[in-house]
Parts: sequence; structure tokens; C-alpha cells
Amino acid sequence: MTAPGDPSGNLQPGNRQPDGMQTSKPPIWRDDRFWKIFFQILAIVIVGTVLAIAITNMNRNLAQQGRTFEFGFLTNTSGFNIGEAVVPYSRDDNYLWAFTVGIINSIRMILIAIPLATIFGVVAGIASFSSNWLLQKLSLLYVEVMRNIPILLVLFVWYFVVFFGLSEGANVTQISSWLALSKKGIWIPWPSAAAAGLWTLVLIALAIAAFFLSRYRTKIMAEQGVSGQPQLYGLLGMGTAGLIIFFAGLGWQIPQIEGTNVTGGLKTSLEYSAMLMALAAHTGAFIAEVVRGGIQSVSKGQWEAAQAMGLKDLQVMQMVVLPQSLRVIVPSLNSQYITLNKNSSLALAIGYPEVFSVSQTTLNQTGRSVEILIMLTIVFLILNFGTSFIMNRINDLVQIKER
Amino acid sequence: MTSTMPPTSAPPAVIQKTPVEWLKKNLFSTWYNTIITVVLLWLIISTLISTVDWAFTTARWEVIPANLKLYMVGLFPKKELWRIWVLLGMICGLSGLSWGAIARNVAKLFSPTVIGGAAAIALFTVLIPTPWPNRLILLGFELMILATAWIGRAITRNNPNVAQWIPAAWGLSFFVMLWLLAGGFGLKPVRSGDWGGLLMTMFMAVVSIVFSFPVALVLALSRQSSLPVVKGFAVTLIELIRGTPLTVWLFIGDVMLPIFLPDVWKIDRILRAMVVLVFFCAVYTAETIRGGLQAIPRGQSEAALALGLNTPLSLGLVVLPQALKISIPALVGTFIQMVQETSLVAILGLFDLLGMSRSILSNPQFVGRYAEVYFFIGLIYWVFCYVMSLASRRLEESLNTGY
Repeated sequence: MTAPGDPSGNLQPGNRQPDGMQTSKPPIWRDDRFWKIFFQILAIVIVGTVLAIAITNMNRNLAQQGRTFEFGFLTNTSGFNIGEAVVPYSRDDNYLWAFTVGIINSIRMILIAIPLATIFGVVAGIASFSSNWLLQKLSLLYVEVMRNIPILLVLFVWYFVVFFGLSEGANVTQISSWLALSKKGIWIPWPSAAAAGLWTLVLIALAIAAFFLSRYRTKIMAEQGVSGQPQLYGLLGMGTAGLIIFFAGLGWQIPQIEGTNVTGGLKTSLEYSAMLMALAAHTGAFIAEVVRGGIQSVSKGQWEAAQAMGLKDLQVMQMVVLPQSLRVIVPSLNSQYITLNKNSSLALAIGYPEVFSVSQTTLNQTGRSVEILIMLTIVFLILNFGTSFIMNRINDLVQIKER
Repeated sequence: MTSTMPPTSAPPAVIQKTPVEWLKKNLFSTWYNTIITVVLLWLIISTLISTVDWAFTTARWEVIPANLKLYMVGLFPKKELWRIWVLLGMICGLSGLSWGAIARNVAKLFSPTVIGGAAAIALFTVLIPTPWPNRLILLGFELMILATAWIGRAITRNNPNVAQWIPAAWGLSFFVMLWLLAGGFGLKPVRSGDWGGLLMTMFMAVVSIVFSFPVALVLALSRQSSLPVVKGFAVTLIELIRGTPLTVWLFIGDVMLPIFLPDVWKIDRILRAMVVLVFFCAVYTAETIRGGLQAIPRGQSEAALALGLNTPLSLGLVVLPQALKISIPALVGTFIQMVQETSLVAILGLFDLLGMSRSILSNPQFVGRYAEVYFFIGLIYWVFCYVMSLASRRLEESLNTGY
């Protein structure tokens, strides 16, 4: 027996006692290793029991309804229509294809919503540091309003109040000189197909060339102390050429109303547009906070040093503060983008056929809840992992390069 | 470098700017700032004019007063409404006491800001389109908050130990409130299907926070644990729930909980949504608490172990009290998030604030009054969330004692 208070006895089961002293092993409940193993076994038993009960109940309940757990139903004909699809789909296709169409619709939404939300957020975030009082307060107002209102309400406001409010019944309304709107959708200006493809490639090539030229200019300005004038003229020329191509070469078609029809422009559905705007407006406010926090994390000395070197406000932001704040911003952006991915499932509420909406219809028709949950979870995990993967690569680019 | 003037520590003299100087500095400092100011002013003024014009001419506000009871408490029986008033009174009294206790070291409880805020709330209360007795009760409650705050401050100043009992009072009152809501034990039972509107929104948010807390604590500790099996289970559960949208979980819970549970447990739709919300909230709260746990230096738990405390005691007496205290502001943030997330149950067809407004809007009498209704409930959400975020900022300041 170890006496109470004997320091050699407790918690040190590995210690050998010197020979001759009266020793015994400490009781098992004083042994740390025992508790470690015990708790893990306990955890396995609890989780196992819960799972076993749930699965037994599931099997019994499914058997009562005459169903089994299998994915065979995916090859059955779906029989429902999907409101909008960019790939061919008809009600004779099977559930698996309907599900795929839903995934494509989700990705179509997310791919546009993420850049849009980022633009909103970065603009609002930078505006909160503006020397213009009005702009600063307006950015604060936007963030405080959006952060304290549920996104579903934002979505309803865009869909029912803005878009349906502006459309006058079945007629097409010209909102401004380049936007047309009806209950069927919104028409926005769009390049005509013929020459647009080639000119877009030229534009991209110009942009890449301009990027490298401006980097080269900064480099020789810093290393050789030259003025960089010729390169500046080159950049200006490229910019002018780009603008001319953008406005004249792409062949923009402005939507024109002809009776009850609209010609020209690109038609997007009200559901898609409302969801896009809600996601962008809501996530934009959160991104604005992320950007604001990132900019605040750059020490004041950096601002003052840059100003002391004669950089203008915008240059200070672009060349000194933003590159440093990106290290803080990018990881938080990742979680905002993942939230956006998940919020895209709210489109169900207004009937945009993204993956969850299609699954919901499938669930109503087939009652295959377990299978559909598994498929949905996998889809969202892949979407989120994909986003994280890209953001982590970007994060590698912006982190400090240390020797 | 000789300097006869020692650096003074006094701040630079504050120069009072004239309004013209202020305008010049904040709105018209450069040519582009002037352009921004002019454009923004034009935008703000035109938006304001059209909004005011809409609010006083086009908008038909009778949809709000006609359904005020539905927005607030849903289908709660008229005869039993006194129970809601009692509940509200309890919340006001306890909030006042807590406020007084937290602010016991502040020099002046009723600062000009507080008095101004109280006056604004009183004015707002008088304007609520509800019968006069109700407005008087609400005014009385407001006075009660101020009075209990004063009493709470007076008591806890003389006797700081009393402050410890306030959390216990909140805990006890939670069960009294449940009893008031659900009835039984001498009160007439009210079905959970009859709760609705703001009552249900707040109820769901409060219940998900309260009941998720123990689950979250276990999850957070498990995730931090050194036992691989326990940690693995916690990480899997947290990442699985966080990776999939709440909408998906709500639907799946609605369909699958009856499948997983034994036949004898019949749970209604609201309870199913609540179970999902509790688990969803738990993983987010767990991550918040984990943040708090990680912020506690290792030395604290090592010191506790060195004093002879075993792991549960060192967690319970040393680490957790500190970690939870740090996490309180973030927990308030989670609560604000939950108030907004509960709006998603509207998609399920439950009558929370948003769901209730959807059902009111489907009433032929009020069809098309989207803007008015969404403006109203948006204001309710905004006021609640904004006030709570202000309170959490104050709480953060007063808790920031260093220990």
C-alpha cells in the first residue's frame, strides 16, 4: 500500500521502486495509461452503439416501407423538368443526369458569385479606409446592414422586391438603355458570337503582356534608376488598344425590345440573377470585414514610410499595404468562399435548380433520403475541398518568401 | 544632438475645425474626392427621395398592424398571451440586473448615450401600432430594465458575490420560460405548432445555444484531446456537419430523424428542426470554445498538474473557466449567427419570423406587399442582431481584465 501523500506512488507507474522498500503497483484507477485506453474504448462503444441503433432502426424502417439501401434508382427515368440547364436535359433522362445538371448549375452560380462577391468586398473594404467621409460611412452602413440580416431575407428581397417589383407583369420593361427585364428573365448586353472569341484571346494576351511590361518597368526603375517613361507610353498604348477592342471589336449587342420579345444580349433567369446578387451582396459584406481586418493588420509605419517616399494614396495601397495585407486576407477569404458554396443551396427557396433543389425533387419522388444525403455531402465536400485547394495555392503565392 | 526641450508626453492640442474646414478635409480634399462626393450625394439623395416617396404614397402599410400578433407570437392562443408578457418581463428584469452587475465598476450607469438610447427606444415603443395597453406595458418593461439595472448595480457594488448568482438565475428562468411557453403543470398546454413569428425565431436560437453548449464542450475538449480515437470522432463529426449546408441538414433531419429513431419516439417537425439546429450550433460553438482553449497558455494546465490536480480537475478549475471567459464575445457572435440561421427553417415550411411573413404574403388580401413586409422583418432582425453585437463589444471591453 502506498501511504497517502507518498509522492512515489502516484501517476508514475513506470518508475521502478528501489529494492527493499515495501512496494506495490498503484491501483489501476491511478494509472494514466489505463484511463487513456479506457476513454478511447468508451468512445468507440458509445459511437458504435449509437450507430448500431440508428442503422438497425433505419433498416427496420426502410424494410417496413419496402425499400433497401442501394443506388440503383439513379438509372431510373427522372420524369421531372429542370427549369434551366446549360447541357441538354429532358424529363426522359435518368436521376443521375438530373443530379449532374444540378451540380453544373451550382458550379455555374458559384463561379460567377465568388468573383462578384470579392469585388463587392474588396471595394467596400478599401472604401472603409477612404479619406472621403461619405464613402467611408456608406461602406460601414453596407457592412452593418448586411451582416445583421439573414441571407434568406436578402435573397427574397432581391427576388420578390427588386426583380419582380421592376418587372411589370408579362411585359418586357427596359430598365435602362442597356438592361431589359420581364418575368422570364433579365437581358444584359453580350458580345456577339462571331468575332468575340478571337478578340477575347487578343485581350487576354494584351493583359498578360501589360502585366509583364509593368513588372519589368518597376524592376528597371528600382534597379537602374531610369524614369520608365518609354514603358509607360507602351502601357498607355496597350491600354488604349485594349479599350478600343473591348468596345468596338467584341460587337456588343444591346438588348432591344420588339413587341413582347427581346433580341440581342444574353438572357439570364430571374432566379439565377437574384441568387447571384444575394450571394454577392451578403458575402461581399463579410469579405469587406476580412479585407478591413487585413489592411488594419499592416502596421502604421508602413503607411507612413510609403507616404514619406512620396507615393500617392492609391499607390500606397496598391504597392505597399495590399500585398502585405493579402497574407492575412487570403486564409479568411477561403472560409468566406466555403460559406458562399454552402449558401448557394438556398437557391431552392426561389426555385433555381441547383444540386440541392434537384436532390429535393428526387427525394420527394423516390424517398431515398439516405442515399441522397450521402451524395449531397460528397458533392459539397468536393466543392469545398476544391475551393480550399485553389485558395491554398494562392496563399502559397502571397506568403512571405523567406530565404 | 542636443535638445533643451525634453519630449513632452502631453497629446497635441485638439484643434477645433470649423464646418467649412471639416468639409474641405473630409469631402473635397482632392479632385477625385470631390467627384466621389458629388456622385455619392446625388445617389443618396435620389435614393432617399424615391424611398420616402414610396413609403408615403405607394406603400400600403396596413399589412403590418393587421398581422402584428402573427409576426410576434404566431398562432399562440389569445387567452394565454399573458404568459408571453410574463416571459418578456422576466427577460427584461434579468437583463437589467445583469447589465447593472456587469457595469458595477462604471462611474456613471446612465450616461448621456444610454439616456439617449432609452429615449429613442421609448419613442419607438410609443409608435408601435399595437393597442395602447400593450404600449404601456412595453414602456413599463423599459422602465423596469433601467430600474433593475440600478438595483443590480447597487447590490453588486456592496456585495460582489451576488453577481455569481445571476447566471444561475438565467439558467433557472430558462426552465420557467419553457414552462410558460409549453404549459402543463397547471397551465393550459400550447402545442409547439402554435408558436411562431419572432417568438419561435428567438426560442429556436436560445434553445440551440443552450442545449448545444454541453455537446460543444465535449466536442471541443475531444478535438483538443491527445487520445487519437476520441479526437478522430470529434474531427469527423465537426467537419462533416460544417462541410454541408444547414439547409441540407434541415431537410435531411426532417426526413431521416424518424427513420433513425425507434418507432416509439414520435417527434414533431419543430423538434426535428431543433435537433438539427442544436447539432449545427454545437459544432460552431465547439470551434469557438476550441479557439478559447488554444488561447490559454500551456503553463496554466502544467501548473495545475504540478499542484497535484488531475486532468478533469485542472480542466474544470483552471483551464475551462479562463477559456470560456475569453470565448464569451465569440459565443455572442455565434448566437447572432444562430438568430439569422433559424430563418432557414422557413424553407421547411415552419412559421418563424420569415416563414410567417411568407404565409402572410400568400394571403390574397396582402398579396404583392413584399417590400413592406420584408422591410419590417428586416428591421426586426437588424435591430436584434445589431443591439446584441453592440452588447458583445461592451462585454468584451468589460471582461478584458487580463485574467
